[in-house]
Amino acid sequence: MTRRDLTAKIVLYAILSAGLVVVVGPFLWMLLSSFKTEGEIRAAPPTWWPSHWTLTNYHDLFSRLDFPQYFANSAIVAILVTAGNLLFCSLIGYALAKLDFPGRKALFLTVLGMLMVPGMVTFVPQFVLISNMGLANSYAGLVLPFLAGPFGVFLMRQFLLAIPDDLIEAARVDGAGEWRIFWRIVLPLCKPALATLGILTFLASWNNFLWPLVVATTDDKYTLPVALALYSIGQNRIYYGLLLAGAVVVVLPVLIVFLALQRHFLRGIATTGLK
Amino acid sequence: MTASTRTRRAVAGWSFAAPFTLLFLVFALLPVVASLVMSLTDLRATDLRHPLAVNFVGLDNYTRLFEDAQFRRGAINTLVFVVIGVPLTMVLALGAANILNSGLIRLRGLFRVGFYLPVVTSIVAIAVVWRFLLDPEAGIVNSLLASVGIDGPSWLQDTRTSLPSIIVMAAWRNFGSLMVIFLAALQGIPTDLYEAATLDGAGWRQQFQRITLPLMRPALLFGAVITGIGYLQLFEEPLVMTQGGPLSSTLSVSYHIYNQFGFGNYGYAAAASYVLFVAIVALSVLQFRLLGARDD
Repeated sequence: MTRRDLTAKIVLYAILSAGLVVVVGPFLWMLLSSFKTEGEIRAAPPTWWPSHWTLTNYHDLFSRLDFPQYFANSAIVAILVTAGNLLFCSLIGYALAKLDFPGRKALFLTVLGMLMVPGMVTFVPQFVLISNMGLANSYAGLVLPFLAGPFGVFLMRQFLLAIPDDLIEAARVDGAGEWRIFWRIVLPLCKPALATLGILTFLASWNNFLWPLVVATTDDKYTLPVALALYSIGQNRIYYGLLLAGAVVVVLPVLIVFLALQRHFLRGIATTGLK
Repeated sequence: MTASTRTRRAVAGWSFAAPFTLLFLVFALLPVVASLVMSLTDLRATDLRHPLAVNFVGLDNYTRLFEDAQFRRGAINTLVFVVIGVPLTMVLALGAANILNSGLIRLRGLFRVGFYLPVVTSIVAIAVVWRFLLDPEAGIVNSLLASVGIDGPSWLQDTRTSLPSIIVMAAWRNFGSLMVIFLAALQGIPTDLYEAATLDGAGWRQQFQRITLPLMRPALLFGAVITGIGYLQLFEEPLVMTQGGPLSSTLSVSYHIYNQFGFGNYGYAAAASYVLFVAIVALSVLQFRLLGARDD
């Protein structure tokens, strides 16, 4: 290795490490500080390492606030939304990629066009609709508008286009019906795409904020982000330790899912981006 | 093809498409149309029980919008956010992707995962942390500044620094997702192009300008368009960080729509949302013109 290469290498590592500190540092501080006492969190100048470790914040979070309920709500909504998207998007994705039917192109373009529509355009009518259906402040109201996302259709169709037609034709020749072909042949081949879509949808639902903020009106239907936001901006006397512990509880499940599946996840995103 | 095969194919196709399409019609397409119709009426929250009392007011809501000082303020803030935020995010993502792809770096996975972390994190949790970081007295940012003798501002409480703070936070949060896309594009560039350029005596700067940037154009365009679409809808960051303040300095168009919805002015809010829609389409078209394929 030449001297110039070595210098370049050192400079690049320095830039990247500084970047990593700036990006990951705040999360690390959040985690460490959630084990500090209220007094130490408020102290100026701020500290990194807790001088006195305590679990009080987490204990209060689960005893004084209804965090187990919020956690369960977030999980229920995210699981239902993810299951719905996997099913509906792979079904229509198969139709759009492999079946020839009248209106196919128009249907695809309409769904694709929806990607450009800002959330605020549909937000008000969706709220009116859900309210009139009597579904405000219910799980159905939290889940229904997110069951059919255009992104999932796009992702599944792109993936299915790459599956060879011969495979499907051969099954047809053998007399298998379209549904049997879908369940037995197509869906098992879709595992990578389903994994990507599943993770993306789960994360998006877990982090979703505006809709549950408006639709969930009582404590027992709050999702985690809603509870955390209302607690952090709605009260006069805020306990910072509670706030940080709450943020950790919101982030941790996502972090675990992400770290466990990141290879799959990042590859999936990169390929959708390029197509 | 016989008529019966054609029918059978149509039935098969639509039966696979039906579940999604039904949900999509009710919860996406219908609202898009309803929003447009609502924008031409004086519908208010209180009218929902007596829909017949609603009047068509033509383009009244739209003309009122442009006389609305708050809407104009939101539009300017949103524009500033997009014009500074999109390039900033792109440059950070491009820089990180190029360094990671340079071949000199090990632990690529570690950096990639680290930079991606904020993308998958709830904005509410991020806001909690960032409000601590930017706290004028007990925040890490100002205590670092103080250690080099600078008296840091009250970032989120000062009208001069509130919007810039939000811009930096958004770039910090989002550059990781563009980085992953750019990294994939970079890995698709054949390495022998660089080898040939090196033999010809081209430095890294020339290689970057002549090889990397042109070959990354589709990915750059895609990145600019999706970031632009996302940033024009700026909403959650100011909601959780500043509630649009101080003095509307971080009020965005989407935030204004949300406020109008909260006041019960549904028709007015719908009109504002359609203006945003048009802006998004216009920005995307503009970006395709500027960055899109000219010769290929």
